[in-house]
Amino acid sequence: MKYSYFPGCSLEKNADAYDKSTRAIAEPLGIELVEIEDWNCCGATEYLALNQTAAYSLIARNLAQAAKNEDVTELTAPCSACYLNLRKADKYLGMKNGLADRVSQALAAGGLSYKSGTLHVRHLLDVIYQDVGLDRLSEQTIRPLYGLKVAPYYGCMIVRPAFGNGSQDPQNPTSLDRVLEALGAQVVDYPVKADCCGGHMTQISEDSGFELIRRLIKAAADAEADAIVTLCPMCQLNLDGFQSAMNRHFDTSYHVPVLYFTQVIGLAMGMTPSSLGIGQEIVSAVDALAKIGSEPPPEPPQPTRRKRGDKSLPMPTARVEA
Amino acid sequence: MSERVGVYICHCGSNIAGIVDVEEVARWAGETLEDVVVSREYKFMCSSLGQELIEEDIKEQGLTRVVVGACSPHLHEKTFRRACANAGLNPYLCQMTSLREQVSWVIEDRAAATEKAKAMISAAVERVKLHEPLEAEHVPVNPTTLVVGGGIAGIQAALELADAGYPVVMVEREPSIGGHMAQFDKTFPTLDCAACILTPKMSDVGMHPNITLLTYSEVEEVTGFVGNFHARIRKKARFVNEELCTGCGICIEKCPKNVLDEGFEVGLGFRKAIYRPFPQAIPKFPVVDTVNCTYFETGKCLACEKFCPTEAIDMEQKDEILSYDVGNVILATGYDLFDSRKLPQYGYGRLPNVFTNLEFERLCNAAGPTEGSIVLRDGVTTPKSVAIIHCVGSRDQNNNPYCSAICCMSALKFGHLVMEKTGAEVYSFYIDMRPLSKGYEEFYDRLMQEGMHFVRGRVAEVTDIARTPEEEGKLVIQAEDTLVGKQRRVPVDMVILMAGLEPRADADEVGIKFGISCGAAGWFTERHPKLDPVATMTDGIFIAGVCQGPKDIPDTVAQGAAASARVQGMISKGSVEIEPVVATIDAERCSGCRICNELCPYNAIEFLADEGVSYINTALCKGCGTCVAACPAKAISGAHFRDDQIFAEIEGLLFDALPAADDAVLA
Repeated sequence: MKYSYFPGCSLEKNADAYDKSTRAIAEPLGIELVEIEDWNCCGATEYLALNQTAAYSLIARNLAQAAKNEDVTELTAPCSACYLNLRKADKYLGMKNGLADRVSQALAAGGLSYKSGTLHVRHLLDVIYQDVGLDRLSEQTIRPLYGLKVAPYYGCMIVRPAFGNGSQDPQNPTSLDRVLEALGAQVVDYPVKADCCGGHMTQISEDSGFELIRRLIKAAADAEADAIVTLCPMCQLNLDGFQSAMNRHFDTSYHVPVLYFTQVIGLAMGMTPSSLGIGQEIVSAVDALAKIGSEPPPEPPQPTRRKRGDKSLPMPTARVEA
Repeated sequence: MSERVGVYICHCGSNIAGIVDVEEVARWAGETLEDVVVSREYKFMCSSLGQELIEEDIKEQGLTRVVVGACSPHLHEKTFRRACANAGLNPYLCQMTSLREQVSWVIEDRAAATEKAKAMISAAVERVKLHEPLEAEHVPVNPTTLVVGGGIAGIQAALELADAGYPVVMVEREPSIGGHMAQFDKTFPTLDCAACILTPKMSDVGMHPNITLLTYSEVEEVTGFVGNFHARIRKKARFVNEELCTGCGICIEKCPKNVLDEGFEVGLGFRKAIYRPFPQAIPKFPVVDTVNCTYFETGKCLACEKFCPTEAIDMEQKDEILSYDVGNVILATGYDLFDSRKLPQYGYGRLPNVFTNLEFERLCNAAGPTEGSIVLRDGVTTPKSVAIIHCVGSRDQNNNPYCSAICCMSALKFGHLVMEKTGAEVYSFYIDMRPLSKGYEEFYDRLMQEGMHFVRGRVAEVTDIARTPEEEGKLVIQAEDTLVGKQRRVPVDMVILMAGLEPRADADEVGIKFGISCGAAGWFTERHPKLDPVATMTDGIFIAGVCQGPKDIPDTVAQGAAASARVQGMISKGSVEIEPVVATIDAERCSGCRICNELCPYNAIEFLADEGVSYINTALCKGCGTCVAACPAKAISGAHFRDDQIFAEIEGLLFDALPAADDAVLA
């Protein structure tokens, strides 16, 4: 399986570990990444609010560059913001409005063109969940993450329904949960899995930003997660990079490491932590990873017969996912 | 001999005359169209005077054909056919064409509308000249009625028919009749106990000499036609001999196997493997749940058999297939509740103290698992605050876009019961309050007086993730209060989800079985949404209660009674007229390919194996023409829709088209 690869700026700097681990696991999982030639900024978030024509032209240039390679129709981006922007650009260019015309003109001025739908823009998680599949992940798992309790954190960008989120429930996505389970990890109940990480709020309003970070860290700590596993450089930066500042702000002492899902996949595949960029995180994951055992944790005890005098009401059965 | 056609153009007040130049159309038809001997326009053709105009012309001018250009034939075709019949003309020699729905209501330009009206009249004139007289058939009506579903709608319908002296066969899928109403605690707005008003009716059904009650049974197949249906019913094995069982209940008491009751107690309580859904069940005979019974699992136990004083337990019992001839059918199959787990943001199935409305009914019910105490999932703690979330799965573009009609009122009822029994604070999160019927607004007012809190806004989420110390250990409701324009977070102990009503999961299948259809939302389609709400497009099949659409108990009972009144009308008339606009198969030309058999939406075509040809039961045929179009041998013709009639109509429509320059185009 061949994919055009759009790393984006984060993966060259603060999320270097994400890039490293993505490239490390790609080949064994049968993913061939072809980095887009001369790619540029995805437009991030700010530019879209200032000048749509310029911003979408910027994004569309990446699509046009990738589309030059006619053999590859799938495009993957590990960064949620890059993914969403590329996806939006692809969608808007197919709509009959002034924006699409202006962007096409801008591309043409640079000798480029892009037709909406030429490329299928995918987030890396979706590629691993759908194309690689849970079976292959399990097969490649030689060092299962037994005993590691993880909180799956999706963030807000890949679940948005208007841009095709792999038909996940926007309120309760589950693909990362399933991926982590396939690696042998124990997924904790994490109902804030699609809540806001704070985005750029730490730069604009520290109080708001830290509060949003606190909620996510606290929910993971309350659920006794050893680590939060995420798929977005922005989420990782906020939860990891600002965790100590948040702790100072609220006078708390949380210590929840935040890893990329590609890093834990690599660990389960038996790769060394350093080859996956583990150790580059600010909140150290050493203690958490030390909990990985060689034996599967004991099965939770089966509910025994109701004791005499037990007045509690039965819980409804969980819904079987379609 | 050429026909003598009369043309009548209706003004329909200004409905048609406001756009179409009716005088011009009438003049043109009289002067231009061949064989038209009378052409008139009149203010209201449907009035008695309008009808008399036609009748007089038939008698005095010797009309042999009549064309009326007015509203849609859906509304007044019968009127004008009757007028013709009154004057001695076969009613099928009258053709109606719609100058209102198809012309004046959809065209704004006066000249264009007038031109189209002319084309429509021309088409009708050309067609009617080829009409042939048709005679309606009359068939007798079997006085027995099949009532499917033993909820309050079916109970009401069955009792009204039985009390009027007519035999009823009632089929209920569950082991007892009573339906959802039997699960409820109180009924709004009067707060009478649901069981107190329902169980007398249930026992009336059980005891009534005119009612044959078949519970734990399902209709497998229905054949035949209005007045003469034939139903095949599967009576599932109860493993209890109903002739010997006294209903003493010792078997239930002695059964060692406890089973989670996901039926009547909606998963909140337990029952035995041999059980009766609830104490007042009708009939009183228990059933064996073969999935959970130890005997069916291991071949051992039989405690029930050992202790039964009348030797009524019969583990060898088999399903029985019963057959009944009935004249009419009333479907009262009810509803399913929306599965709240489809909305993970409300936490049902994850957060223990989130309950559904039906769970709360059982919680509140003195005969329920908590004997009527309103407690949290731990079975002990009384909530100090309760939130009620309206429109769960209803008024929701991602789930059911419609309003479930009953939830506002039951939310008010719940609010009252919670406050009365626990003194807790109650918060209702609603989109709009819709207390629409008699005494309902007053009940809403009463709850406001009693201190229930109302927050207008759809709830975003129910979460156990606390943001403040006060929220710790609580369920927090996050919602926008749209009257204030602010976000609210309300911590409570218990949440009740007002899950909406949904068509039965197998409504489609049941519809096909009885030859009726479901609308877009899945409810059974009535013949007319306002004027014929309990009949269906299939004669002799009636619908009542929520299977037709969400409604509360009073409306359900009214529909049950209405359906029964319709059936009684059919029975007392004694026979039904069968529309003669049907298809017939020319056996000589039929190759026996059977293509038409499967296509017929009314199951009217059967294959006569002996003769190797298909045959259309004219009593079942609706004249839809599907088979006529499909028959590769052109062996089927549709009366009143013959090819030559349709071609004449098309040629009439094209009256102003230029003569074909090249005949090859038509060939």
